[in-house]
Amino acid sequence: MNMSQNNPDKDDQTSSSKKNISLPISRVRLIMKSSPDVSSINQDALFLTTKATELFVQHLAMSSFNNGAGKETNSLSYSDLAHTAEETETFHFLTDILPKKILARDYLKSLEQMQEEDADF
Amino acid sequence: MAERPEDLNLPNAVITRIIKEALPDGVNVSKEARRAISQAASVFVLYATSCANNFAMKAKRKTLNAGDVLAAMEEMEFERFLEPLREALEVYKKGQKGKKEVSEQKRKDKEKKADSENDKSREDEEEEEEERMEEEPEAENEAEEEEVEN
Repeated sequence: MNMSQNNPDKDDQTSSSKKNISLPISRVRLIMKSSPDVSSINQDALFLTTKATELFVQHLAMSSFNNGAGKETNSLSYSDLAHTAEETETFHFLTDILPKKILARDYLKSLEQMQEEDADF
Repeated sequence: MAERPEDLNLPNAVITRIIKEALPDGVNVSKEARRAISQAASVFVLYATSCANNFAMKAKRKTLNAGDVLAAMEEMEFERFLEPLREALEVYKKGQKGKKEVSEQKRKDKEKKADSENDKSREDEEEEEEERMEEEPEAENEAEEEEVEN
């Protein structure tokens, strides 16, 4: 299994390192550096974070599709993602940017209810 | 430094490609879902960075290293990433070593191509974006056609 990794010829090395990650490392570094208390990041840490982000995107897409409503229709929609963020422990940190959508009608109803409750006091 | 807010986004074309490769063939991913996954990925980077930074700070180091990132993955309960990450890092390190040996030769070749290729890859990304935008209306058309047949 490791044969190709142990004994790659020169061309394989460059193409495999290209295939290894597809997200731009420079952009990931920019996002990491936007965090105020981070002073410096070594090359390996940067590479790992970039690779981890790709695994994360795959994992999020897969779990949302497999547990989502779109499996029959062969589609992945926003609500499948919001559902995953809410239901899956490891994706809980996404609930802020993946809020569940509710109908304006339902929102207005809940507003009315809140106002009625306030009026009781 | 990030000067514009969109500097903190990851390139849509690449994110879309990763999503497509992860899902079975022919799955239609809505534009809204793609944008949401891309934003989630940026938040993931920030969350991982913050976790990794805590480990570095505990050890009184100023520079984040590979161990910090791996520890962060464990803390975030993404243990499933640890094995693939370790393997990828090994391949990456080997690649870096190999690169140094051949870089002299290759750099000369690359420099010649660099300018034209940069333009090309940019064009490619834009094309991908356009293709995807066209996909959704197509699906709608199909639905309309079915209605007509009925």
